[in-house]
Amino acid sequence: MSGDRRKALIGAYYIDGDHAVAEGAIAAGCNFVAGYPITPSTEIVERLAWRFPDTGGTFIQMEDEIASSIAIQGAVWGGAKAMTVSSGPGISLMMEHIGLAAMTEVPCVIVNVQRGGPSTGLPTLPAQADMMQARWGSHGDYEIIALSPNSPQECFDLIIHAFNLSEQYRVPVLFMMDESVGHLTEKVVIPSSDKIQLVPRRYTKLPPGEYEPYEVGDDLVPDFAEVGKGYRFHVTGLTHDEKGYPVMNAECQKQLVCRLVDKIKNNVDRISFYHEDCVDDADVVVVTYGISSRVAMPAIRQARKKGVKVGHLRLVVVWPFPESYIRQLAGRVKAFVVPELNLGQISLVVERCAAGNCKVRSVPHAGGTVHDPQVVCEAVLEAVR
Amino acid sequence: MSTMIETNNPVEQFLRTDRMPHIWCPGCGIGTTVNCFSRAIERCGIDSDKLAIVSGIGCTGRVAGYLRLDSFHTTHGRAIPFATGLKLAKPELNVVVYSGDGDLIAIGGNHFIHAARRNVDITVICVNNFNYAMTGGQVAPTTPVDEVGTTAPYGTCERPFNLPFLAESCGAVYVARWTTYHVRQLTQSMAEAMNKKGFAFVEVISPCPTLYERRNRLGTGLDRMKWFKDNSVIDGSVETRFCDISSQQKIVCGKFVDVDHPSYLEITEAKMASVYGQRRWEEVLREQRKPIGRWGVKD
Repeated sequence: MSGDRRKALIGAYYIDGDHAVAEGAIAAGCNFVAGYPITPSTEIVERLAWRFPDTGGTFIQMEDEIASSIAIQGAVWGGAKAMTVSSGPGISLMMEHIGLAAMTEVPCVIVNVQRGGPSTGLPTLPAQADMMQARWGSHGDYEIIALSPNSPQECFDLIIHAFNLSEQYRVPVLFMMDESVGHLTEKVVIPSSDKIQLVPRRYTKLPPGEYEPYEVGDDLVPDFAEVGKGYRFHVTGLTHDEKGYPVMNAECQKQLVCRLVDKIKNNVDRISFYHEDCVDDADVVVVTYGISSRVAMPAIRQARKKGVKVGHLRLVVVWPFPESYIRQLAGRVKAFVVPELNLGQISLVVERCAAGNCKVRSVPHAGGTVHDPQVVCEAVLEAVR
Repeated sequence: MSTMIETNNPVEQFLRTDRMPHIWCPGCGIGTTVNCFSRAIERCGIDSDKLAIVSGIGCTGRVAGYLRLDSFHTTHGRAIPFATGLKLAKPELNVVVYSGDGDLIAIGGNHFIHAARRNVDITVICVNNFNYAMTGGQVAPTTPVDEVGTTAPYGTCERPFNLPFLAESCGAVYVARWTTYHVRQLTQSMAEAMNKKGFAFVEVISPCPTLYERRNRLGTGLDRMKWFKDNSVIDGSVETRFCDISSQQKIVCGKFVDVDHPSYLEITEAKMASVYGQRRWEEVLREQRKPIGRWGVKD
């Protein structure tokens, strides 16, 4: 085992997605994690509890997921880069605090190693059925960013990206793994820290007295002030003005909520991140994310052997959704095929964007295992018929 | 003979005067507690730049918004875990949680007992007005038996929590209870609690004349202050298990617990120093305190 001065690992390792996320968080400079044990995410907090003291981080096991999801926000205001980790039932408990992080603009990462639901469901088996919850789970209008890795290597790479996006836009970023990616063991190559680009937190240059905690420039993202330095700023989950003071009227509500949404919506093209394979001349495009992308690959190869022009669009950033790109594709392909480990969540969004310009074929799966590639292949063949 | 008039209110420096008037009703005790708290800040000798205040939701939850400190108005019941994260990330801060009985003890009860168990180095001030006032006077886990609230119109049948006993049994190193009548003692306790290492708890019994006193025919805010005066005893030597509150017996006030146990941070740091060796651990701490964003950033 080798490492840099922060004791982050460097080199090639044979580890699973859960452990890769833990190492990625360390490499991202994460130095505060609060968590609560829950299958299939527990390995992440176990590894961080073991690794953190030496890398200069603090891990605390809280009394529940509600506490974890707000302890990390207290830590962020204290200057930390923070993350919490959970799965289905725990993520459901965190929903109010995802809203708080969106409202008070707290950069943090929430890892969801998805398992079968609803309720206790299938604790040890995969699903991708929390995709809509990730987007809409807390009350009110707001925007978040959600990433979906499909391998341990991506768990490492993308968790760093997740921290960077959270700092850049001051939003909670949801890291939507699933049990199969979390427990999939593969080679993970960890670069040295000088090859890893991190987005630092943006602190105000204004002195106390001139600084307003929610005053924004063109990018609609406010600057932080350091706690304990005499700024004496106020933070509230109530609708607030630029001073951070509560204002209970429709005008302030409109200004604030629209800004929280616009700071993401205005940057969809910049945030969007997807991989494409033969999409340009495709008749059918298979739209996937996470583990379903890997199951789709043999299905796509099989369909191509049968002479179908199939493209693959794999969403790495699922939220915000690349709506304009899907709309554009819908004008020139015959069909989208959307396999996912749920009963058709992202396929609904694809359908809305396609707006009747092409067929959208959902390939639903209730979770517990992954799709049989044959089923995806048949859906593709049927779509071009 | 001329009279010198003091034009500066000594507590004004700690108030966000641009947010006045406040939302609290005439006769409410929360303002009195804020006055005591402001005087306690002056008295305790802590640099108020390094003092952060965290509130939950409710009438007392609004305290954070009126104090000119780094202040956080969080979600219902969750001020304590927020404060825990803040304190652990920035140990040099003095973190005070200031909230109501419903917020801290009902919805936030689990966090309360665990923070006390861990002996997290925070101060918790609980203004107990025996009901949920912000939402219109529902019963709380502190409402004395037979008293009414909108959700217990025939009087509550549930036994209330005895907060000093709860705090002590969970591991709090400092426990005091006063009423809003006892302003000097309360100020002193708040100052002591802020200077205490570990989980310090101060309960303040406060009138809610608009809802609780009115519905239970207990008079005005002033009547209630007189009642606090006549119906409380100051005796810190009483065991906290005998500090239950009921309409039939006197409210026991005083400082019940003031003991020394290593705080959560002290225990964890001592543990790590023993695991890594003192020298390596000091290196780790130096590394930990560097500003974030520097690590691994390409300039």
